[in-house]
Amino acid sequence: MHVPDGFIDAPTSAVTGVVAAGALAVSLRGARRELGEERTAPLAGLVAAFIFAVQMLNFPVAAGTSGHLLGGALAAILVGPYTGVLCVSVVLLMQGVLFADGGLTALGVNITDMALVTTVVSYAVFRGLLAVLPRKRRSVTVASFVAALVSVPAAAVAFTLIYAIGGTTDVSIGKVATAMIGVHVLIGIGEAVITALTVGAVIAVRPDLVHGARGLRQRLRLRVNGELVDAPEPAAVPAAARTSRRTVWLTGLVASLVLAGFVSFYASANPDGLEKVAHDKGIDTKAKEHASADSPLADYGVKDVSDARLSGGLAGVIGVGVTVVAGSAVFWAVRRRRGADVSPANPGL
Amino acid sequence: MGAGHAHRLYRHGTSPVHALPPHAKLAAAFLFVLVVVATPREAMWAFAVYAVLLAAAARLARVPAAFLLKRLLIEVPFVAFAVLMPFVAQGERVHVLGLSLSVNGLWGAWNVLAKGALGVAASVLLAATTELRQLLLGLERLKLPPLLVQIAGFMIRYGDVITDEMRRMRIARASRGFEARGVRHWGVLAKSAGALFIRSYERGERVHLAMVSRGYTGSMPVVAEAVASPAQWRLALALPCSALVVCLLGWIL
Amino acid sequence: MDPVSTTTASLEVSGLAYAYPDGHQALFGVGFTLRRGERAALLGPNGAGKTTLVLHLNGILGGGTGSVTVAGLPVGKQHMATVRQKVGIVFQDPDDQLFMPTVREDVAFGPAAAGIKGAALEERVRHALERVGMAEFADRPPHHLSFGQRRRVAVATVLAMEPEILVLDEPSSNLDPASRRELADILRSLDVTVLMVTHDLPYALELCPRSLILSDGVIAADGPTGDLLSDEELMRAHRLELPFGFDPRAVARTTHG
Repeated sequence: MHVPDGFIDAPTSAVTGVVAAGALAVSLRGARRELGEERTAPLAGLVAAFIFAVQMLNFPVAAGTSGHLLGGALAAILVGPYTGVLCVSVVLLMQGVLFADGGLTALGVNITDMALVTTVVSYAVFRGLLAVLPRKRRSVTVASFVAALVSVPAAAVAFTLIYAIGGTTDVSIGKVATAMIGVHVLIGIGEAVITALTVGAVIAVRPDLVHGARGLRQRLRLRVNGELVDAPEPAAVPAAARTSRRTVWLTGLVASLVLAGFVSFYASANPDGLEKVAHDKGIDTKAKEHASADSPLADYGVKDVSDARLSGGLAGVIGVGVTVVAGSAVFWAVRRRRGADVSPANPGL
Repeated sequence: MGAGHAHRLYRHGTSPVHALPPHAKLAAAFLFVLVVVATPREAMWAFAVYAVLLAAAARLARVPAAFLLKRLLIEVPFVAFAVLMPFVAQGERVHVLGLSLSVNGLWGAWNVLAKGALGVAASVLLAATTELRQLLLGLERLKLPPLLVQIAGFMIRYGDVITDEMRRMRIARASRGFEARGVRHWGVLAKSAGALFIRSYERGERVHLAMVSRGYTGSMPVVAEAVASPAQWRLALALPCSALVVCLLGWIL
Repeated sequence: MDPVSTTTASLEVSGLAYAYPDGHQALFGVGFTLRRGERAALLGPNGAGKTTLVLHLNGILGGGTGSVTVAGLPVGKQHMATVRQKVGIVFQDPDDQLFMPTVREDVAFGPAAAGIKGAALEERVRHALERVGMAEFADRPPHHLSFGQRRRVAVATVLAMEPEILVLDEPSSNLDPASRRELADILRSLDVTVLMVTHDLPYALELCPRSLILSDGVIAADGPTGDLLSDEELMRAHRLELPFGFDPRAVARTTHG
């Protein structure tokens, strides 16, 4: 599903590029916290290599067809949302530069869609379910299933939105949405089964490695020459982790609100879907004004369409901008509060 | 993914394009594609000129045309989409061979195909003439966050180590008579994926230990440098600059 | 031999106990001292806590009880950079150790992280690679090398830091006999303190006059390698077995006698 060059117009590509860059900046910070300052590079690198490899693992469906994992939800649950975004983004970046898989100018679209949206949505769903479900291992598997199930159509919705704002052809958004979401709900089921099984397999062996299943730590006791001694208290990480988790929540909430708003907005503008293909034949565009009159996409006149593009684009930019700014603001605040900034200064090269 | 220094698309050579510093090439490829994407779709001649420009660059790099064209296959899913466009897009319609096609859709299909193909060709040309290590250095020189480049570096270094582990696990499964034939076997495959994750993560931890044991504190020491001379920049930017002229003409004409 | 004062000891470990975050305790009060220039083997069955101990020597693991001192410096947050330069660890899997894209960059990593630049850095890299006989492979990516070559480069990456003590984790594992002998020659030619963690007993006898047996998280025995290997009861008690037909007494007579 790597979007090639030319599919999305230049301004929208640029805006998604900015969004992707912002998301990367935030997740670089977040990943440092999730993995530890100096552990980030090797661990995130190896997880990226894992995602790259696991995308090549074929899961046979039936009659010679097979599917594979997209990995956004899996990464978010196994290593945390920031590291997840980071790793999937690096995989996409390398696929674009090394294998010409996905256009160079479409990198922003691809990262926003496949790294940011899948990871953030699946992690928000995952945490939300875990908060409700009983604290058992089975709950983690169930939450993984639902999170992965939702993440794939969410990416399709995000793509539809980007397409609505900057698509280069006038295919009705309703059609794109129907086709994209329909297909991706099916893909999502596969993704969900594989993700849940994989998370379950990791939890069975190394529950401590599953980021989404943390929080069941006990105080250590050491036996020295037959005597039990308390281990020294580890550094005060848990408080910070809890704060950052709340941040994730908040960011996820804002992002999904923005997404939900746009989806309903466009969906209501295009109530008709599949039957259009047959219907369109030879019908004058002007005859189609039955769609809700006050919606900017209801009328297909050239002027209106360009206006709708503009307003839609503007709204999209503002919405995403607000998300990114809000997210980063919270991060800065959290960081400030934590004090001691240990990240090394990077003087320009 | 091939071996560390040479990846699947890389073709060893000594052409002037191979000799260009990586960040200049990355910038040139990116700007070229950006210009192509910004070109109005109605200026069909402009895309022909772009193709000629790319062909000239490929010739200079001694990359055979067949190599570039083969890689265009990656576009296939979007070709399918492009083929559908004239049928599903709205607006004015024309009748060709008894089929009703949307004019807008035809333009859209052309737009996606032309720009997508040029984009893939430019990326392939970049990947074919730039060593993996050089690409990473180039990304760093283009001011990507150093941590991001480090992560990409580790992904490249260990990509084939991990893929190899996956292959060995498949052989181990096959040696015990297991063959995944359908959804029933997903459990076994997912267990392999889970084991692969644990191995990858643990290797990451060991790599980290090896790094801190040698004094790593979060930033990579600078060992290799890539520098571009003004002449090299001029050569690299010749492609996007001439494309820009074509693009502007496309908007004016 | 006379007991040595702390200042001249390369390595001093005392009362070291440690448990992993999952609750598994690996060390139960380990203590020993290595003199400068000494070559010692740390023997023990699988799961005895050998690797855990090694990770304490340069402060990667910590937070348990007890202390480690390297050349008079206590291992802790305060002297971490110096300690990690002084303790060179060669890990078991060279793929973990060689994380840079080329051999040259990998060997340069340690000294470069310590702030060495330019010609001095080049010289360090060249010298370290020459000491392991891999100078002509400087520009190769690590995974194009054979396993034995990779292990030698891994030793060079550590030698480039000019350590006080070289710690090798299972140096002979996965090596064919020729690579094994080449590595032994290299190790013998070095003038640094060596702690070799292994369960390859003939290799320990060949290279190290002294051995320590780590078993169930404590030092169970400490003495001349030949004596320990000849003590059948001790060996059996700690799940250490000599290869079929190998007689440590005969070898000890020829090499050390």
